[in-house]
Amino acid sequence: MSDQTMTIHLKIWRQKDKNSPGKLVDYTVDDANPDMSFLELLDWLNERLMNEGREPVEFDHDCREGICGSCNLVLNGMAHGPMQGTAVCQLHMRKYKDGDTIVVEPWRARAFPHIKDLVVDRSALDRIMAAGGYISVNTGAPADANAIPINKYDADLAFDYAACIGCGACVAACPNSSASLFTGAKIAQLAHLPQGHPERKKRVVSMVDKMADEGFGDCSNYAECEAVCPAEISITSIAEMRREYFKALSEIE
Amino acid sequence: MTASNNGVLNSKVPEGNLQDKWDNHKNNLRLVNPANKRKFTVLVVGTGLAGASAAASLAELGYNVKAFTILDSPRRAHSIAAQGGINAAKNYPNDGDTVWRLFHDTIKGGDYRSREANVFRLAQVSNSIIDQCVAQGVPFAREYGGLLDNRSFGGAQVSRTFYARGQTGQQLLLGAYSAMMRQVHTGKIELFPRREMLDLVKVDGKARGLVARNLTTGEIERYAGDAVLLCTGGYGNVYYLSTMAKNCNATAVWRCYKRGAQFGNPSFTQIHPTCIPVSGKYQSKLTLMSESLRNDGRVWVPKKKGDNRPPNEIPEEDRDYYLERRYPSFGNLAPRDVSSRSAKYVCDEGRGVGKTGLAVYMDFADSIKRLGVDAIKAKYGNLFAMYEKITAENPYEVPMRIFPAVHFTMGGLWVDYNLSSTIPGLYVLGEANFADHGGNRLGASALMQGLADGYFVVPYTLSDYLAENLHSEKIGTDHEAFAKAEKETMERINKLLSVKGKKTVLDFHRELGELMWDHVGMSRNKKDLEMVIKKITGLREEFWKDVNIPGENNTLNKYLEYALRVADYMELGELMARDALDREESCGGHFREEHQTEDGEAVRDDENFCNVSSWEYRGDDKEPVKHVEDLNFEFVTPTQRSYK
Ligand SMILES: Cc1cc2nc3c(=O)[nH]c(=O)nc-3n(C[C@H](O)[C@H](O)[C@H](O)COP(=O)(O)OP(=O)(O)OC[C@H]3O[C@@H](n4cnc5c(N)ncnc54)[C@H](O)[C@@H]3O)c2cc1C
Ligand code: SF4
Ligand code: FES
Repeated sequence: MSDQTMTIHLKIWRQKDKNSPGKLVDYTVDDANPDMSFLELLDWLNERLMNEGREPVEFDHDCREGICGSCNLVLNGMAHGPMQGTAVCQLHMRKYKDGDTIVVEPWRARAFPHIKDLVVDRSALDRIMAAGGYISVNTGAPADANAIPINKYDADLAFDYAACIGCGACVAACPNSSASLFTGAKIAQLAHLPQGHPERKKRVVSMVDKMADEGFGDCSNYAECEAVCPAEISITSIAEMRREYFKALSEIE
Repeated sequence: MTASNNGVLNSKVPEGNLQDKWDNHKNNLRLVNPANKRKFTVLVVGTGLAGASAAASLAELGYNVKAFTILDSPRRAHSIAAQGGINAAKNYPNDGDTVWRLFHDTIKGGDYRSREANVFRLAQVSNSIIDQCVAQGVPFAREYGGLLDNRSFGGAQVSRTFYARGQTGQQLLLGAYSAMMRQVHTGKIELFPRREMLDLVKVDGKARGLVARNLTTGEIERYAGDAVLLCTGGYGNVYYLSTMAKNCNATAVWRCYKRGAQFGNPSFTQIHPTCIPVSGKYQSKLTLMSESLRNDGRVWVPKKKGDNRPPNEIPEEDRDYYLERRYPSFGNLAPRDVSSRSAKYVCDEGRGVGKTGLAVYMDFADSIKRLGVDAIKAKYGNLFAMYEKITAENPYEVPMRIFPAVHFTMGGLWVDYNLSSTIPGLYVLGEANFADHGGNRLGASALMQGLADGYFVVPYTLSDYLAENLHSEKIGTDHEAFAKAEKETMERINKLLSVKGKKTVLDFHRELGELMWDHVGMSRNKKDLEMVIKKITGLREEFWKDVNIPGENNTLNKYLEYALRVADYMELGELMARDALDREESCGGHFREEHQTEDGEAVRDDENFCNVSSWEYRGDDKEPVKHVEDLNFEFVTPTQRSYK
């Protein structure tokens, strides 16, 4: 808990809608608190703007605990800001110094159409999931949960990949706007579970093809995605995805 | 206020032995044949555990489903944030668990204010939930032998909680979401993200559709269907600060209440004892620290008022381990409601710690000494890291500061055994209904309930209703009822936007939250409740005269969305206070100061209050009417809970 206050200068991307031009607008918050989260700083600014009769800044958020994947801000060029393995909602102002300037921008990618200010449309990620990010099992049919033992190593690895929060930071950070880390994480999760095996080939082909259809780029191993991922998904998932893909193609032919 | 039971509340609990009720009921429910299923459209509002599991299961059966969520993706629903785990009576550890025991723990934990038949069914289907989730690829924790691992949780003496690290809700929701996306792919589910249901459309007394605001364009859209499923979660955000996600709200249930669905036990709120305390006015939400920490953390405050030495400098003899002192047999593991109340008392006495005085210590020093840092790290590493991220204090070295926070609402729309509200065709699932947790919810049972409702209950009970309505007329969105709902909704929005007052929505929400927390929170009394009802009425009037909402309707406008929700919280907050005032007993999370023993323990009144209060809306200028559903305990005997 801190009594000190700090002055933070913000340059925030304001854009009315996707058809209007956007620009960075300067704001100063002179009574920020080191214990505030970054989103609370934006709330604080918005309250002030509203009291002055100005329009608040729109941004997406929900859980504010780093798990829902809603928040999506680029701070000084870094998706989710300067803290590794941390979504921007879990970033606190004590990470900054009095007098710092922070440039705040939305995710930028062709596959994420702009909506307003810092809000973009990430539904393309859901469509990749719809293309095959599941095991086809109807409610009510399954056998006992312990019928198939899964070795702990694979179960833990599957969990590591399953931890993706679907935020899209990997896309925002990638010079090619690729969604490979996101897509690879789901493919790798299901490839490590016996339940995922029957649909392995079909799954990887349709998800990878869908990713291209939606306008995401290819992966050329920049590894920027891994660096910003709040769930610390490893890029080995992308290698696994490639392996699954080539295997599927060679066996389909 | 008059209590009546005009035959309105028929719980429809089937006859027979507890063990046989659900099977018998299923045998008697009508079915819809596959060719006819295609003719029905079901509107599912909310895509949390309850909504996603219901949408997927109904689409698999062949119904057409339209699914709505406020967020930009169904995967982001609040269920994603659940940490600890999900209960089931698998008895894999061979420690004596049974369906009966899970049922019994849950109904006792709820302080005997829930329906026996519902809770028993919940325990019965719990095992199928785990099977279903594993088949979907949910990566539950496993042992080295490859089989599933269990942990223990509050209120139980067996290990029956399945978990996926500290992210059980995330993994369960992603499982249900994936099942749902599979049906989106087949075209059986049509997805409507960034939509907020703002009203229910009734035709001839039945739920036949809804109007929703397109949150990107501001347009009011009309959707018609043969049934509406509300899976819209809990209303803890009435208190302003809570562990709920920021977009959780009460609008859908409240609008349905105003269309005639009764509201069950609105005052039953769960206040979780171990959350990170408030640090300043800018605080926007609270973060839960899992209750599993209480296995190794000792809770204490200084013995003397105003002792502001740093915790490590306060010697043993000046510390009060108040839970261990008051509840020697349960100690730091006393149930949630009891622990929360005790923390409030010591802070009220001026013995709270930290700058605000609204916190108590949870100290791991003894456990670290006993087990070593590594053992504590292995058990709680991620929680300690999260605590440090938020507070910048290292809990391995200084005790955590914790305080209770609003966490869950047991109250919700009243439903019968079939999960039908008092409006035919309107079903309520998950945290949005009042059904299974009585006066207090046990840990790891909300995830179980959401998935039970969606995967295993509503697919059966809804078919019975639809079969009965096979020949009813199809209603289009051009029906006058839609026009009326749309017009009223637009009027409400325009009225709000035109106030152009001086206070922000946040100002009002904070004020309401403070009133609710202080007087309809952990401890309640007649005088305060009467006062708070008046104050909320005043605040509501002020809101409609002085709120300032920026911007316009025809674009993304989150403060407008927020204002519509706060307007509803003000009305619901009043109903919560009214219900708390009416319930002259203490039970579970509802503690009335007038009803306690000499040493401050809750006193239930089974003679007069072994029932559900269900409130019916009669008009904005009229008092709501209370109906009563008596709870008959045929199979268990209510006892006074004691944790001494
Ligand atoms: C921090 C935390 C930890 C928890 N941990 C556990 C745990 O370990 N074990 C356990 O059993 N329980 C736990 N719980 C409780 C449990 O997570 C919830 O009770 C449960 O997930 C609620 O699920 P639901 O499907 O009913 O609603 P939610 O998951 O809240 O979903 C509500 C859905 O409705 C939508 N919605 C709401 N209003 C509207 C509207 N008007 N129009 C359109 N859509 C709308 C939302 O967008 C969302 O999709 C925890 C709760 C919290 C807060
Ligand atoms: S892989 Fe990481 S960065 Fe990409 S969507 Fe998932 S959590 Fe976000
Ligand atoms: S708001 Fe949920 S992850 Fe940031």
